[in-house]
Amino acid sequence: MESLSNRKKVVSNKKMTFMEKLYFPAILGGMWITFKHLFKKHNTVKYPEVKREFAPVYRGQHVLKRDEEGRENCTACGLCAVACPAEAITMTSEERKKGEEHLYREEKYASMYEINMLRCIFCGLCEEACPKEAIFLTDRIVPTYFERNDFIYGKDKLVEPVDQRVDISKRQLTGKRPA
Amino acid sequence: MIIKLIIVVVLFAVTLGIAAYLTLMERKVAAWMQDRIGPDRAGPFGLLQPLADGGKMFFKEDFRPTNADKWLFIIGPGIAMFTSLITGAVIPWGPDLQLFGETISLQVADVNIGILFIMGAVSIGVYGIMIGGWASNNKFALFGAIRASSQMISYELAMGVSVITIVMMTGSLSMRDIVDQQHGFWQDGWFSWNVFKQPICFVVFLITALAECNRAPFDLPECESELIGGYHTEYGAMKLGFFLFAEYVNMFISCAVISALFFGGYNFPGMDYFSGNTLAILGTLVFFAKTFFFIFVFMWIRWTLPRFRYDQLMHIGWKKMIPIALINLLITGVVIAYTEGWFSKDKSNESASNAKIEQPLGVNTSPEKTKTGNSL
Repeated sequence: MESLSNRKKVVSNKKMTFMEKLYFPAILGGMWITFKHLFKKHNTVKYPEVKREFAPVYRGQHVLKRDEEGRENCTACGLCAVACPAEAITMTSEERKKGEEHLYREEKYASMYEINMLRCIFCGLCEEACPKEAIFLTDRIVPTYFERNDFIYGKDKLVEPVDQRVDISKRQLTGKRPA
Repeated sequence: MIIKLIIVVVLFAVTLGIAAYLTLMERKVAAWMQDRIGPDRAGPFGLLQPLADGGKMFFKEDFRPTNADKWLFIIGPGIAMFTSLITGAVIPWGPDLQLFGETISLQVADVNIGILFIMGAVSIGVYGIMIGGWASNNKFALFGAIRASSQMISYELAMGVSVITIVMMTGSLSMRDIVDQQHGFWQDGWFSWNVFKQPICFVVFLITALAECNRAPFDLPECESELIGGYHTEYGAMKLGFFLFAEYVNMFISCAVISALFFGGYNFPGMDYFSGNTLAILGTLVFFAKTFFFIFVFMWIRWTLPRFRYDQLMHIGWKKMIPIALINLLITGVVIAYTEGWFSKDKSNESASNAKIEQPLGVNTSPEKTKTGNSL
């Protein structure tokens, strides 16, 4: 049959010649290849000192965004929790009181918002489900801890501080679905 | 006496130190051949890595399986370590040293059966692996031990025959004599090193030495992928360390034997320009340089070739290595007999040729003849 891919190889069981049976030319050829590798560039990245650049769409630790005036975007609608295939997200909602307008953008907000980083599979579906552009995945790595409870991240770790905004522009530009 | 004791202690320490740093060298060579950097965290260039590994080995739990034979389980690594360390005793590490008006031989014991002693000690070495593997009471360990013993027995034959070839040419079993006969680099119109007189013998010896050391591509007794470590599956802590250490000591000693038997030991081109202590120190350095070159070759081969299948191993050992070594032995014998004048019909002619050669019986004095004998 005609090969469509042009990658078909016919296996031959021809008798080996004497030189091939000796194996020494083949072995020396193999050793020459490994010898050449001694002088090649190492591919190792010395991790804690040198960090490799992440892909723009890298999905790491989540961030709960604030708007330009420093108000939390999240309205505790629960769509992220519904979308989450790993059931890692949970939250309780509360009504915004008078005088808290500078803290929360809309009338409802999340008084408690937790992501279990041991359950999370970093698929990014919460980000896609969010109608308020409140939750994003970033290029930060979740560190390891000795206790399971330490992996449950509350609002103290998830909400970005007002004075240290987390840059998500790369992910917004590349990771977004076309409208 | 005291000098001998000092040499013994120095040899012991140097052998152990080299074996420890061979583990680092192996990991570095492996890393470079795989385009990696290798261990570099413990000290500069990872130089403290062997210490860290040794410390780890000492402080791990000394575990023994319930159904293991207690004493044999402990003796196994001990035998492996002991036999690999005693082989260094007969290797001549350098020419004689003149110190405080005394002549110090850089060799623990110049026994006149040195090479036989090494072969014997290496054969006992398999007992450590066998006893260790059997006493573990584990099927993988037993598989590894069985493979080790059958492999050692098969390859010892070819190794012995190739050593006999060298012994026939030299006329002596003493390591010192074998090395001294390869004086310099050029003698009587041909290279003096045995590798140029007996290249086939050298190849056979190199391959069998790889097999005797349980190094890849002959590392069937401990293949990680099939037997999860083979004979040392059940071992941990320093008992495992002893097995691994013995392996590296073995590798060091067999590389030293290769360079002594075939590459002139401490002889080097232009050694006649030096004398006395300068020659002794230079010779020792040259010997170690040759040894380390062969250690690198061993590692190079390990990280190039995949492991043999068990039937292939036996096929090469019994049907390839032994016939090649035997034919080489036969041809060498014929050439030696020819140069001794055994084939001349005239009796007076024989004695004349003997008188002309002026060498003890069994010594091949005509290297060109040997060369033609090999190419036959």
